[in-house]
Amino acid sequence: MIDNIAGALPLVFNYTTLGVILACALFGLFVGAIPGLSATMATAILVPITFFMDPVPAIAAIVTTAAMAIFASDIPTALLRIPGTAASAAYVNDMNGLAVKGKVGHALGISVFCAAFGGVFGSLVLIFAAPKLALVSLNFTSTEYFWLALLGLTAAVMLGTGSVLKSLLSLGLGLLIATVGLDSTAGYPRFVFGIDAVISGVAFVPALIGMFAIPEIIRTLVHKESTEKAPAHVSVRSLFSGLGSTLYRYKGNALRGSLIGNIVGILPGAGSDIGSWISYAVSKKFSRQPEKYGTGHDEGLVDACSANNSALSGAYVPAMVFGIPGDSITAIVIGVLYAKGLNPGPLVFITKGVEVTAVFITFLVANLLIIPLGLIAIFASRRLLQVDKTLLAPFILIFAIAGSYAIDNTYTGIVIMLVLGLLAYFMEENGLPIAPVILGLVMGPMLESNLITSLIKSDGNMLDFFSRPIAATLGVLTLCIWFVPVILRLVRKTRKTDD
Amino acid sequence: MTRSIKSRCCYALGAASLVMLTSSPLHADSWPEKPVTLIVPWGAGGGTDATARMLSTLLEESFGVPFPVVNRTGGSGVIGHSAIANASPDGYTIGVATLEIGGMHYQGLTDITYQDYSPIGLYNADPVAVFVSSRSDYDSVEDLLSTIRSSEHRELKASGSAQGGVNHIAEAGMLLASDIAADKVAWVPSEGAAPGLQDLAAGGVDFATASMPEGRALMDAGLIKPLVLLNTERSTSSPEVPTFEEETGNDWSFGSWRGLVAPAGVDEEIITTLQAHMSDIVNDPAYLEFMENRGYATQWLEGDEFMEFMQNSDQRIGETLKSLGIVE
Repeated sequence: MIDNIAGALPLVFNYTTLGVILACALFGLFVGAIPGLSATMATAILVPITFFMDPVPAIAAIVTTAAMAIFASDIPTALLRIPGTAASAAYVNDMNGLAVKGKVGHALGISVFCAAFGGVFGSLVLIFAAPKLALVSLNFTSTEYFWLALLGLTAAVMLGTGSVLKSLLSLGLGLLIATVGLDSTAGYPRFVFGIDAVISGVAFVPALIGMFAIPEIIRTLVHKESTEKAPAHVSVRSLFSGLGSTLYRYKGNALRGSLIGNIVGILPGAGSDIGSWISYAVSKKFSRQPEKYGTGHDEGLVDACSANNSALSGAYVPAMVFGIPGDSITAIVIGVLYAKGLNPGPLVFITKGVEVTAVFITFLVANLLIIPLGLIAIFASRRLLQVDKTLLAPFILIFAIAGSYAIDNTYTGIVIMLVLGLLAYFMEENGLPIAPVILGLVMGPMLESNLITSLIKSDGNMLDFFSRPIAATLGVLTLCIWFVPVILRLVRKTRKTDD
Repeated sequence: MTRSIKSRCCYALGAASLVMLTSSPLHADSWPEKPVTLIVPWGAGGGTDATARMLSTLLEESFGVPFPVVNRTGGSGVIGHSAIANASPDGYTIGVATLEIGGMHYQGLTDITYQDYSPIGLYNADPVAVFVSSRSDYDSVEDLLSTIRSSEHRELKASGSAQGGVNHIAEAGMLLASDIAADKVAWVPSEGAAPGLQDLAAGGVDFATASMPEGRALMDAGLIKPLVLLNTERSTSSPEVPTFEEETGNDWSFGSWRGLVAPAGVDEEIITTLQAHMSDIVNDPAYLEFMENRGYATQWLEGDEFMEFMQNSDQRIGETLKSLGIVE
């Protein structure tokens, strides 16, 4: 451990890595502060650029961008009543309520310090929990991984925004796209139709750039939202007055929010937006003044602002240990980890201990940077909010095209990006979520190869899926989540008809 | 005035050399005059890519022109290997060929074989080793083979690569060489060696085949142990592991390899020039240190010897794939 830290420090504290962190911090603050541009899209656009970096700055770039974007989305939430990303949607009334009361500085002060606190909390959990979990998972065979993947997808569908049925539909589409190309066990080409370029499957990076960036570009051009005028600017004094006493009074809330956010982040499929909704709801339930929530009250803000940044780091726990993404950002990160030779799984903690430790340190650095850079962003917020989104759309499109081409220098990437981008736009316009598609795309091969591998090992005997204790536990848990709600509903129905 | 004369002379010279270039495209004397593309059929960040990037740097130092690495991935190596073979044979595109060139044409993925290349030289070959869990009772490969002999059909399971991948062929070839049916042990496909070895450590399979560098991490963690190296010579990095020949008297050897190739038809002189520079590069201390740190074995086989090596590898892959029933 000490050796790893000693080796990791120079990997983080050099001009390249720190420069990347600073540049990405500004990029993240910018994207987060502009309503409608999501943290996931910022990450997707960034991926091709990270291909030209060393592993540590590459991951640092994504970690920093996401952390800053999730914080900065509170700025338009407070000033314009429009959440910058979905992660701020839970507390938009409180945040803007405070602004209307003339306490905009107070609201953003809470936001910046709680974001940093939640982020550091989540990073510490990641640093201490992930290696321990990795040791346990060294004993996992393909059967355990199969159940884990299935449990992950199940959780993603159950916890996702929107209806279970629509999430399931999107997930199925993602799994279907994942089957294109040579199958992982027998090497048989599927859905290839003689096109050589898709023999190894639908390229992941162009797919995710398309699905996250193209719909946002189309929406900006189609809906032509007008840029709103930002109200009064934030003064330094208003930001810090009374902040210390508020944070001290609600220190328990910050801790609770961080914890809830972190757990939600660890669960596959649910990220910072769900984390902030749940922690806000819990906060309201246990508060002594629940009637004040939604009217410009600061208590729920402490919970939820800590939760969304804590969830970001939490999502990296299953991503690093099992290769199962905790949210849509880590779904992208897994692709980057593979490209950088830091293949997620328990082995990476043994073989690349130094690099993994360096990545952990960048989590701490990025989240601590939220305080100074966040304050600067708040003071510059009026300028930031005047940026016209229609001007940004062409730039995003250029990045998307160049990025999809740069991955393997073929035009196929661009075609995949455009086709899936259009598909994603029509899906979202019709209320189908995109995140499950990406999860299906990432986890489809893992689910399938572990299923087939286990079946080969057991000579087709399904009972072997329950023959090892951990596998059996995970299997029973998954089946319970599937069937218990259905059975309960049936039981209730029969009781009703009996009455 | 002098300046304009000078520049006119430059234009004239430039035009002249342009004419010369177009009149004889295979201008071997002055090669290389512009960057030479180095095609890698595998992704950035992998082992082949890492060695290619190291060679690219050293070739650039040696020749004074850039040797940019271009990753042409996809189709299990088919796309990149085809791109090298189909490139114009002007000496400005070369590439790294790997073991997979021997298997893909048997599997009907492409028509391209090692014969579509002008061999420059083999710079790395890593023999496959047989690993078992540290908790298992096997102490030698003979122990393992006798257990396999007395086992039921497909009772024992092994892993380490995809179906028909390098480590599968090594395993099946070892069984064939020991007069055991190639499919007596069930092969559990895995994507690359790492998941297969982890499955071995977790108790999912009975044994696994992989190269020594691939097994290093789990060996160091004390979770798996190597029984034998499928080679005629012991490895320099792990001299304590006996060879298959020492243990059984059988000379079956198999492993992955990486070599520099050019499209067939490249001027002989260019190939000779490249070989001369490469034979210095493979003895460069920086190169040797890099390869050792990464755990890759180093060697250098030029021209016809390399061709013969590829032919041998191709033939062994073909025979084993046929006896496994993977190809007709």
